[in-house]
Amino acid sequence: MGEDIKLMKGNEAIAEAAIRIGVDGYFGYPITPQSEVMETLMAKQPWDTTGMVVLQAESEIASINMLYGGGGCGKKVMTSSSSPGISLMQEGLTYLAGAEVPCLVVNVVRGGPGLGTIQPAQSDYFQAVKGGGHGDYSLIVLAPASVQEMADHVKLGFDLAFKYRNPVMILSDGVIGQMMEKVVLPSAKSRWTEEEIKELNPWATLGKPKTRERNVITSLKLQSDEMEEHNHKLQAKYQRMKEEEVLFEEFNCADAQYLIVAYGSSSRVCQKTVEIARDKGIKLGLLRPITLFPFPSDRIYELAQQVKGILSVEMSAGQMVEDVRLSVNGKVPVYHYGRLGGMVPSPSEVLKAVDEKLIGG
Amino acid sequence: MKEEIIIAGFGGQGVLSMGKILAYSGIMQNLEVSWMPSYGPEMRGGTANVTVILSDTRISSPILHEYDTAIILNQQSLDKFEQQIKPGGCLIYDSNGITHHPTRKDINVYRVDAAEEAVKMNSTKTFNMIVLGAYLKVKPVVVMENVLNGLKKSLPERHHHLIPINEKAIERGMQIVNQI
Repeated sequence: MGEDIKLMKGNEAIAEAAIRIGVDGYFGYPITPQSEVMETLMAKQPWDTTGMVVLQAESEIASINMLYGGGGCGKKVMTSSSSPGISLMQEGLTYLAGAEVPCLVVNVVRGGPGLGTIQPAQSDYFQAVKGGGHGDYSLIVLAPASVQEMADHVKLGFDLAFKYRNPVMILSDGVIGQMMEKVVLPSAKSRWTEEEIKELNPWATLGKPKTRERNVITSLKLQSDEMEEHNHKLQAKYQRMKEEEVLFEEFNCADAQYLIVAYGSSSRVCQKTVEIARDKGIKLGLLRPITLFPFPSDRIYELAQQVKGILSVEMSAGQMVEDVRLSVNGKVPVYHYGRLGGMVPSPSEVLKAVDEKLIGG
Repeated sequence: MKEEIIIAGFGGQGVLSMGKILAYSGIMQNLEVSWMPSYGPEMRGGTANVTVILSDTRISSPILHEYDTAIILNQQSLDKFEQQIKPGGCLIYDSNGITHHPTRKDINVYRVDAAEEAVKMNSTKTFNMIVLGAYLKVKPVVVMENVLNGLKKSLPERHHHLIPINEKAIERGMQIVNQI
């Protein structure tokens, strides 16, 4: 066994990866099922090694606004929370998106609405993908389905956040956060120096030299025409993400007659459903979106030309199913199957839904 | 090879750490592994369980509703999981505190009186390792060398002096497990 293979929880992988890729600051407030993120960071004490700041803020609202400050200085900053805490952060997130401040926000989703339950759910899809805060903005939303991807998406998230000057969200859930799997952590990198930040992020507010105009980080433009122009710039950026950053994974899609679309922990359950179905001779495939925004609409549209029907499986009352329907545009029927409030569907239960809704339907 | 296991008992019995040691042993044997705990509002004395999967191919769902093997350490867990064992699968249980014994005829049932044995060995904390030994006797999915390496990986270094006593407990579990 290679020394680099570790066994750890998804939440721990987030923390370990953050230290290793040279994140400058973590600001958070504890909430189940993601508390191991800050616990791990505090135990590792990276302030003594990489110089990374780890701070338990007084609230989620404080955390997200600390990201505004740190990200505005061109630093790699992140927070993590779970559903109710992420709701508290929505004002901050729309300001970060409006002011084009890069940062990483991890949501280890639990069942809602309200205080809900601490068990896993996927009912924050709309909030993550369709806004959540006010105004026309989008987060880049990544949906890891394994502990390895929890670690990988920290790096990917920061790469995208700085490429587009946009907040990135990792939309995980209690299953991926709490389970342990094998993981190979990213190679260690030191944090950016002040000089590197100035060179890589010339927009960062690190003090004004005489050689240039001052940098301004704001989402406020009181003149409507300026604000419209700013909005068009943001929309062009989101369009570019749709063209360049879509990620997905396919299982047994090549000859599929029926298709499941599922992300995160649901996609793991559905992978097993596909295995069982294939054993029974049912030509079932699975498409797993890795980016939820931008959504793999084009590939789903292509597959709709081939399959007889699509089932969106989510631990929600049916949220991503709307994006699947928009992608398919009426070409084939699209159904939803889900469990709510912290319940995880079983692979055979999903197969029953495939049988009833897709094959029988 | 794919082995899907549920380990269930009281919080504090070492259910989660036993699963972790098994998972680490799997890694040492170059297997794919997953370890999914019940993480509800558990506490010492409440119920706790963990699903461990060892496989030589990529693992799909880490959450299962039927198992190849159930390792059961209290009555509540026996009541809950006996029906979720695949036909032909294995049930290994400690009879300590069990009033309603397993009834299924289409599975292989093994009994290990680990709690009793741990008291005899004057080492109640190695209870879970006796159970692990019983499991490894019934299902030798990982070799002993890899289990010991897994123990080393899973225990913090300050506890490494406890490895010999854990090894002894595993061996004892292998000796005292009985098919019913």
